[in-house]
Amino acid sequence: MRVVGKDTPRVDGHALVRGKPVFADDIQLQNVLHVKILHSPVAHAKIIEIDTSRALALDGVVAVFTYKDFTPHYYTTAGQGYPEPGPRDMCILDSTVRYVGDRVAFVAAETLEIAEQALDLIRIEYAELPCIFDVEKAMTAGFAIHPKTGATGIHDVHKNIAAHLDAELGDVDAAIAASAHSFSGTYSTPFVQMASIEPHISLTWLDENNRLVIRTSTQVPFHVRRIVAEVLHIPVSRIRVIKPRIGGGFGGKQEILNEELVAAVTLKTGRPARIEYSRKEELYAARLRHPELVKFRLGFDENHLLTAIDLNILENCGAYGPHALTVMSVTAQKALSMYKSPNIRVNGDGVYTNLPIGGAYRGYGAPQAFFPLESLMDEAAESMGIDPIELRLKNVFQVGDDIPIAKILGEGREGFPMVLYSTEIAACLIEGRKLSHWDSIRGAKQSGRYRRGIGVAVAGQGSGIPGIDMGSAFIKMNEDGGFNLQVGATDLGTGSDTALAQIAAEVLNVAVDKIIVYSSDTDLTPFDTGAYASSTTYISGAAVKKAAENCKSMILEQGKLLLGVAEAEIVDTAVVAANGSSISFRDICTKSFYTEEQKQIMGTASQLSYDSPPPFNATFAEVEVDTLTGSVRVKKIVSITDAGQIINPKMAEGQVEGAIPQALGMALSEFIPFDEKGRPINLDFNSYHIFTAKDMPELVVRFADSHEPTGPYGAKAVAEIPINAPAPAVTNAIYNAVGVRVKHLPVRSEQILGELLNH
Amino acid sequence: MIVQFELNGKLVKTDVKPGKTLLEFLRDQQIHSVKHGCDHGECGACAVLLENRSVNACLILIHSVDGKKIETLENFSTHEHLHPLQESFLQAGAAQCGYCTPGMLLSLEALDREGHPVDEAELRDALNGNLCRCTGYVKPIEAAQKVFQNSKKTEALS
Repeated sequence: MRVVGKDTPRVDGHALVRGKPVFADDIQLQNVLHVKILHSPVAHAKIIEIDTSRALALDGVVAVFTYKDFTPHYYTTAGQGYPEPGPRDMCILDSTVRYVGDRVAFVAAETLEIAEQALDLIRIEYAELPCIFDVEKAMTAGFAIHPKTGATGIHDVHKNIAAHLDAELGDVDAAIAASAHSFSGTYSTPFVQMASIEPHISLTWLDENNRLVIRTSTQVPFHVRRIVAEVLHIPVSRIRVIKPRIGGGFGGKQEILNEELVAAVTLKTGRPARIEYSRKEELYAARLRHPELVKFRLGFDENHLLTAIDLNILENCGAYGPHALTVMSVTAQKALSMYKSPNIRVNGDGVYTNLPIGGAYRGYGAPQAFFPLESLMDEAAESMGIDPIELRLKNVFQVGDDIPIAKILGEGREGFPMVLYSTEIAACLIEGRKLSHWDSIRGAKQSGRYRRGIGVAVAGQGSGIPGIDMGSAFIKMNEDGGFNLQVGATDLGTGSDTALAQIAAEVLNVAVDKIIVYSSDTDLTPFDTGAYASSTTYISGAAVKKAAENCKSMILEQGKLLLGVAEAEIVDTAVVAANGSSISFRDICTKSFYTEEQKQIMGTASQLSYDSPPPFNATFAEVEVDTLTGSVRVKKIVSITDAGQIINPKMAEGQVEGAIPQALGMALSEFIPFDEKGRPINLDFNSYHIFTAKDMPELVVRFADSHEPTGPYGAKAVAEIPINAPAPAVTNAIYNAVGVRVKHLPVRSEQILGELLNH
Repeated sequence: MIVQFELNGKLVKTDVKPGKTLLEFLRDQQIHSVKHGCDHGECGACAVLLENRSVNACLILIHSVDGKKIETLENFSTHEHLHPLQESFLQAGAAQCGYCTPGMLLSLEALDREGHPVDEAELRDALNGNLCRCTGYVKPIEAAQKVFQNSKKTEALS
């Protein structure tokens, strides 16, 4: 291949390294109103009285919105397929607040300072209600967080169960009873936040035709259009959503978080409006990774082959349930798509608490699956006296295997049958064993203050949501022999515009700079469900490939017409007839525009897949534990990924290199605790510590030689997979170093030190 | 109050409201490379050069820059030519979403202007105030190393 598999510089690279005004906030709107949200200071309360008169009287305040301004309409802020598989349990504003951070009111003012002052002038009388902060008590609290009847899709209102799932294949209890070895353990993962450096920002204005334009930092422009139309009762045709460059999303921007608020301001006042979340708002009033309390039971036969996997999930949804069902489904699907077992069972409840709202975050339930699973596999290996790598090699799914969970547990409905067409997880493990110096570190005698250890974990993910995610592309030819590629797919900083351009360039025999990419503008680009679920390369990439092939067919037909021949073929960038005559792409298009057989040469295509081939990853972590303080330092991470054919190696490496510190943050440094009133602590980057340049361990990142037959040019996904395995690899390494098993993230030095002192 | 300072080589004289930050002022002036990320000097997205040192513009009150020299990324390339650090970032794939990139480039430029040979630890030190959620800092460090190695070689030859 000429272009695919090569390190093409990013198509937006020049603009980015020059600091060009390409992000949502980098335009200056005239006469703009600044919007700020009043967030609830209490975790659960009924608003008895809300008085906005003093705020409205402040000079420069243009509008104040409370629940009284909206007829109750229940929706979900999750930017997902439609109809959404989860509950619709949220209103724009409500007379009940359900967590510290819930929306109480919002203000539009001439300046940001005035908007902030106005928030302080809103008088509210709350009647406080009982709260649930403990996820294990949510179902038996005796009161409901969502007692109203207007919400729909809640699994059990009275027990605070937002979503439930269960599935079983075979007889798990009997298999575990009959197994030669069985193991069980309970593990938990915490609230962590996506922390994209660009906060959520939305700008709205009315264009010259009185249409509402929304320029927003989103991963899901078409869902923004649909949901804003629905909640503000305006036609989809009146809305244009523009996604410029995005300063990172990681799932946090798969949410309709504030677009509907600024849109309401613009529709009411006729004036442009702007909202930008502060870092503090990002950390508690945007979305976070759902904490999960997960219990696994594993049964093995005498040959160390799994006979049963039993999985219990208690998912903390926080106060509302966007993604409640689907995150938990992914936990189950991914946990049960790694290892072959004749008996599998999952039982999961996603429950409401009076805490911040869980949302989509890179991995989407899979990190919550693999931390427990890979921890317990490590325990099982030790207990059975088998090398942990060998245990995994023995049990992983192989090419040709059915993955039965895919069929019985889909996205809120029955899924689709799945056969594994590609996996190089064995190669990943073998390569990682070598590159991490597993054997020498694992066996080394440990003594002294600092103890070194090495651990391993494996993981899988998906490539798009089967039967649901749809992407489409439109390609048109220009008279210089180049093309415009228009895609609904959303580049949120991942480089997908570049990868899609490479795919188009490969099909059309041209250089990448002959492809002009424009993405994610609901007026100008075709539909795409959006950038989530690791779908862009696999789904949108396949749409681009088909659209380019359609365009290429039209070039050939047009070339034959212009040459006056019946048979010809495309050679490089020309159509060549059997008689030796030929015509260049450039001449074909120029003539088609201006002189002969006049028409636009173009191609369009859509892609939906019933397959979602899993990419796989093996991560090896080397750590050093200070036995005097219990602190842990990660020295080295070796991450080997099977993502099928890599479209752009540098960008794919970048995905892995960026996922690892996010995973290490969840394992070691990122944490949002709450006080007894449910008020969050650690709401800035000083205390909510994401990895810095100096925190980073040595990274060794490699890709397995792999080809997925159902993917465009053999590609699978790469965006989410590398975030799943580092946390359990680190905790397994801690165990290898000092014999302390961490079952609750983040790793706390006091736990390690405490257990060392008690030994 | 009236303040006067040099911004990207041009003299600026302006009547400012006390309490306004340099970040707010620069973005009002459509200097868009200076990004807003945290408001508390923790993320480095708003880094600018103040008298050749990298500082967070969200922590600098505009009246305090009176008589000083400020530079932003807008000063570092022409429409035709990139600064060597920019070129190296582009080639290395060091800008993913690109939001923290201007701040990183200015922190590295400040280090370069200190004029001494640097090792990887110093590069990491220089970037420690620039939070990045996309790259894991791997390619930015690689890109910086290439430029710093080249400039050292040039020094040795001359």
